[in-house]
Amino acid sequence: MKSSRIKSATLPLLLAGLLLAGSARATDAEHIRASHAWIRVLPGALPAGAYVTLENDGDRPVALRGASSSVYAEVMLHRSSREGGVSRMAMVDALNVPAHGKAELAPAGYHLMLMRARAPVKVGDTVTLTLQFGDGSTLATDFIARPANAMDAGDEHAMPSMDHGAMPHGH
Amino acid sequence: MKPRHWLRPALLLLLLATGVLLGGCHRGEPLPLRLTNISGHMPDLDFKLTDDNGKAVTGADYHGKVVLLYFGYTHCPDVCPLTLAQLHVVMQRLGPLADGARILFVSVDPARDTPAIMHGYVNAFDKRAVGLVGDARSVEALSKRYRSAFTREPSAADGSYEVSHSSAIYVFDRDGRARVLATPSASQDDLVHDLHLLLDTGATS
Repeated sequence: MKSSRIKSATLPLLLAGLLLAGSARATDAEHIRASHAWIRVLPGALPAGAYVTLENDGDRPVALRGASSSVYAEVMLHRSSREGGVSRMAMVDALNVPAHGKAELAPAGYHLMLMRARAPVKVGDTVTLTLQFGDGSTLATDFIARPANAMDAGDEHAMPSMDHGAMPHGH
Repeated sequence: MKPRHWLRPALLLLLLATGVLLGGCHRGEPLPLRLTNISGHMPDLDFKLTDDNGKAVTGADYHGKVVLLYFGYTHCPDVCPLTLAQLHVVMQRLGPLADGARILFVSVDPARDTPAIMHGYVNAFDKRAVGLVGDARSVEALSKRYRSAFTREPSAADGSYEVSHSSAIYVFDRDGRARVLATPSASQDDLVHDLHLLLDTGATS
């Protein structure tokens, strides 16, 4: 009885406080610009990897927590590592996007693992993934579906080559 | 009389030149390979597995081809596709020569990878890629043969799991002999270079 009365009295105050805080500072998502977003589509019902470059124009680091999608039943933030000649993949809680910096989800590193597509995703399709950040804010981002043997987001999303990636000239 | 004086050294030179040419083709002559040279340090290509058409195959079935052997699995959404995509780029850079090479993608996930799944998977990367499956024992034997390793990680709540596996690519010449090992950090140019050498030499058919 008593406690519920206190709750009902403090709730509006709390909400007002949150609103004030919200207006004073933009959300994590408002500081993030996503580019080079693509999905490597694999045949059948196999899980796919999604990649994106995130740029943070804010003064504070932003944590990418994960993502959700209406197309895939499950989306997990993963990191591949290749240490001691062994390839491993593990789930991670967050990827930090430094203040005034960027973080890349790219092959052989951080990626979103997309599982159990509700409908087949075809090369050329655009799939919206909703990125989730540390403060709970979200950013709907369009990912382009690329063939299994693609190296990056494609020509129209020109991207610097990877450390051991393709070189344009012969030996 | 007089002509004989120059004929003899000329003949000698011709003999020498022939010898050099023959020597260049000799098997034992070391090739200027750029990647980690494993010639003589790893056993010849040998296995008994099933290809992605469901046919029983052995290492001998790929003699005559330069073989790129890589271990992975299809439920691997990041590193395996990246490696196979990179190998596809390498094959494209080889042009028509690439027909003399085969990418053998051996599944380290016998529980989930069937020939049919492997067929769709490897063909999404390169038409010269072959998916190989086998029972756990056969795959382990092949993996051990090349001092490679794989470990099935604990399953998640939904039953899905990952497999940690060696990331190296083993390259065999047309006679099935182990020649070079490409690690993920190896340069693509060096792989193309070495494949050129191996494809240009020792053609058995």
